[in-house]
Amino acid sequence: MNWKRAGIAAACVVPVILVFGYGLTKDPKEIPSPLPGHEASPFALEVFAPGQPPLNRAPGDTVRLADLKGQVVVLNFWASWCLSCRDEHQILSETARSYAGKPVHFLGVLYDDEADNGTKWIAQMGGQSYPSVMDPGALTAINYGLYGVPETYFLDTNGRIAYKATGPVNERLIRHFVDSLMAAGAK
Amino acid sequence: MTRVPGVLVFVVSTALAAAQPAPRQGSVAPAPQSAFADSVLDARTAAVASQLRCPVCQGLSIQDSPSELSQQMRAVVKDQLRAGKTPDEVKAYFISKYGEWILLEPKPHGFNILVYAMPVALVVAGLAVIVVAVRKWTRPPSPTP
Amino acid sequence: MLARDAILVSMAVVLFGIVAVPVAVRKGRRDWMQLAYAAVYTNFLLVSVAALAMVYGLVTHDFSISYVAQVGSRETPLFYTVISLWGALEGSILFWAWVLSMYAAAVVWINSRRAGNLVPYASATLLFISFFFAILLVGPANPFGSVFPVPQDGPGPNPLLQNHILMAVHPPLLYLGYVGMSVPFAFAVGAMLSGEVEGDDWTKITRRWTLSAWALLSAAIIAGMWWSYDVLGWGGYWAWDPVENASFIPWLTATAFLHSVMVQERRAMLRLWNLNLIVGTFLLTILGTFLTRSGIVSSVHSFTTGTIGYYFLGFIAIVMVASLVLVAGNSERLRSTGRFDSIASRETVFLLNNLFLTAFMFTVLTGTLFPLVEEAVNGAKVSVGEPFFNRMSLPIVVTLLFLMGVGPALPWKAASSSEIKSKLLPPAGGAVVMLVVALVAGARNAYALLAFAFAGYAAFANLREYWIGMRARHTAHGEGWGTALVRLIGGNRHRYGGYTAHLGIILVAFGVAASSTFRSEHEATIKPGETISLAGQTLRLKEMWGREEPQRSVVGATLEVMNGTTVGGTMEPRMNFYPMSQSPVPTPAVRSGFFGDLYVNLQAFRQDGSNATIRVIYEPLVPWIWTGGGVVVLGALIAIFPVGVGGARRREA
Repeated sequence: MNWKRAGIAAACVVPVILVFGYGLTKDPKEIPSPLPGHEASPFALEVFAPGQPPLNRAPGDTVRLADLKGQVVVLNFWASWCLSCRDEHQILSETARSYAGKPVHFLGVLYDDEADNGTKWIAQMGGQSYPSVMDPGALTAINYGLYGVPETYFLDTNGRIAYKATGPVNERLIRHFVDSLMAAGAK
Repeated sequence: MTRVPGVLVFVVSTALAAAQPAPRQGSVAPAPQSAFADSVLDARTAAVASQLRCPVCQGLSIQDSPSELSQQMRAVVKDQLRAGKTPDEVKAYFISKYGEWILLEPKPHGFNILVYAMPVALVVAGLAVIVVAVRKWTRPPSPTP
Repeated sequence: MLARDAILVSMAVVLFGIVAVPVAVRKGRRDWMQLAYAAVYTNFLLVSVAALAMVYGLVTHDFSISYVAQVGSRETPLFYTVISLWGALEGSILFWAWVLSMYAAAVVWINSRRAGNLVPYASATLLFISFFFAILLVGPANPFGSVFPVPQDGPGPNPLLQNHILMAVHPPLLYLGYVGMSVPFAFAVGAMLSGEVEGDDWTKITRRWTLSAWALLSAAIIAGMWWSYDVLGWGGYWAWDPVENASFIPWLTATAFLHSVMVQERRAMLRLWNLNLIVGTFLLTILGTFLTRSGIVSSVHSFTTGTIGYYFLGFIAIVMVASLVLVAGNSERLRSTGRFDSIASRETVFLLNNLFLTAFMFTVLTGTLFPLVEEAVNGAKVSVGEPFFNRMSLPIVVTLLFLMGVGPALPWKAASSSEIKSKLLPPAGGAVVMLVVALVAGARNAYALLAFAFAGYAAFANLREYWIGMRARHTAHGEGWGTALVRLIGGNRHRYGGYTAHLGIILVAFGVAASSTFRSEHEATIKPGETISLAGQTLRLKEMWGREEPQRSVVGATLEVMNGTTVGGTMEPRMNFYPMSQSPVPTPAVRSGFFGDLYVNLQAFRQDGSNATIRVIYEPLVPWIWTGGGVVVLGALIAIFPVGVGGARRREA
């Protein structure tokens, strides 16, 4: 029994276990986005769900990103078939309402769904304070590197993407980014 | 025995009510005509799409995946190629949105070279070992004094 | 709960067995070894009780059991309820433990009369592995949790797992093959611990177990490919998904072992290498299970995890350290003392075979693990997918095909140059024929042409070996061709089993090469009455229909296969909607012929049935893949079991 060779062989196992151990702490499904820090892609999308006063827009209106320059934009991609979207809907709606009158614009973008389903879903959820738009061909979704719903993007007042949240957002996270981006924009 | 469309509507609405999501209806785009230019474009699209990963699937390319997002991404690839972009430019666009993860094959630069080089190195080293070993094993045994 | 208690008791029994063996060896008492063997049998009994209790719970819809509450449903048909035993993590671990206990009991049953310490130590090793799985079963993967309040119904198994009969075939085959690799490993450890590793007896005992596990694993991989093809709707059968790779990687080292062990038996060489292959194969099976169950790489098979990954990691660490310590420690004893007679010999080809199979294994393993390593080193996420694996494995596969032709042609020991010519040249005819066929069919890709040519070469070479043998017997003994064939095989089970297995692999290679090179597809949205055509076949959409089943809603399209203006048959691709699932599960319609499949998938449809998007794929030679798989298994069976009309069983290969 050659113990020296045995010892060397045993030592070789250590880095393998370390790499695997590290891997266990990571989530392979989470893809970091390269977009934060870059200019947000422009879009011109048609409203299908008007939202409620004072944040509402008329159905059929076109929302252009260019028009929103100077405001903080919260872009939320959702779908009626998305279970986790239900968790964040009320939070988004109420938080959006609380920022009425401020230079903040909340916008919902429907992903891979029909307008009818979206409208029905909003009614079921008790209404939505801010408008939602259609994204034909998912061009905007692809432009924002979407790989699931819900995803929420926070754009600063210069039209750059500041942060991407995957999964349902909570109030603290929304306020943290909106407030800090508003403050940065005011300077 | 014919099954009437009415039954179909009923069943489908039941399916829709029962299934959480609305089932996706395919975009009803007509199949490309057999014009030569279109089939060349299709082939080029397929070639690029085979190298891009479907973001909502498990490792399939957007060419192979039947998911809605993959079909939409294929349409984006096709439009960009038709507009004159090169395959590298199309891939660069997707990388700018999703990161290098969107490529199904790692770009061979930097650390990534290892995943290509190591197997090759193993074959080369192994061949060398075999050559040396076989030479040693086929050497006539030295005569014992 | 009876079943959980059974597992707990089994843990005590197993521990006892593990301890009893070294004590028995130290004291030289055979009756203690009998106790250890009794522990093996008792473990099998107890785990069987637990497994059968689970099946009973599933069938009677006992939703107070956590696993049943997880995968059971009153609407699911009985067949799929029974096989949901292996449909989710906890059940699959229970199934693994059951298969392992069965193997251990079989090993003891067959070998308990043998003198020496090999079998006791091997049994202890198998008990040790069983102990780990028992820990999982009472810990992170406990299927027998209590659910309160008891639900009325459950969500049913994953919809993907209740659509096809192969779900009853692929997982059991896979487990039998995968877990079966524990047996050669146990014998290897037993040999090292008992000091018998320098002899050849332990490899002789192990050979049949390894062959059986290999055959089962081969069948499992082919069945998995077939399931994937028939269920997933994209017309492919292999996507280099981590779980597919996990089953393929140990298969490669096991195949290498099956070849190099022949060199060991004839030349007493490569013993250390073979030991490494056996140990490596087992470690790779555990690694494969770890990869797919820990959530560490994203895969179609990934189960959500929790802590089970850490348990596996601990087990891997222990087993790796123990194995490597044993092998490295024993390595000096296993120095080769033999010689080769010539470079131009079958021995050399086997060395090359091992090199390329190992390289293949290494390539797939590296590719599968690379995203993990990249993230650990650079923090960046990369994908390693089909383009990478295809690019890197094609040269290796083509080389292996070539070796599969040259190996059988070359004799053992040495070949004179005239022998080389007479054996290696004729199969070149096969190569030329296939090359011409491929070129005429339109192939221009270099690898495809090489693959066809070498597969043709190998087919000719392997068939020729049969021909030469049969002709010799016919001439020498006046036997009829049928008798000659049977006696030929019976006298050299391993050799002709091997050639048959080669022919199976060649069929698979043709199937894969043809369906990759000559595949064509077309997608169109058509209304009832309209047609869609591909590769000379025309399909007319007759109607869309729907029906309700207890567990799902089904929407289908009826397409008529047109021969001119007459209807030659119908194909009905479907979409299945399950209440608990977000996306529908497709059931493509496949029409198989000798030369290929017509594969039709329903991609989308309008709610009112006014049109449907149909994708038609022509898949040349795909049925050869499944047939080839069957031939491979046949070859293994020939090698494992005696075939013969009288005649002594000479162990020649």
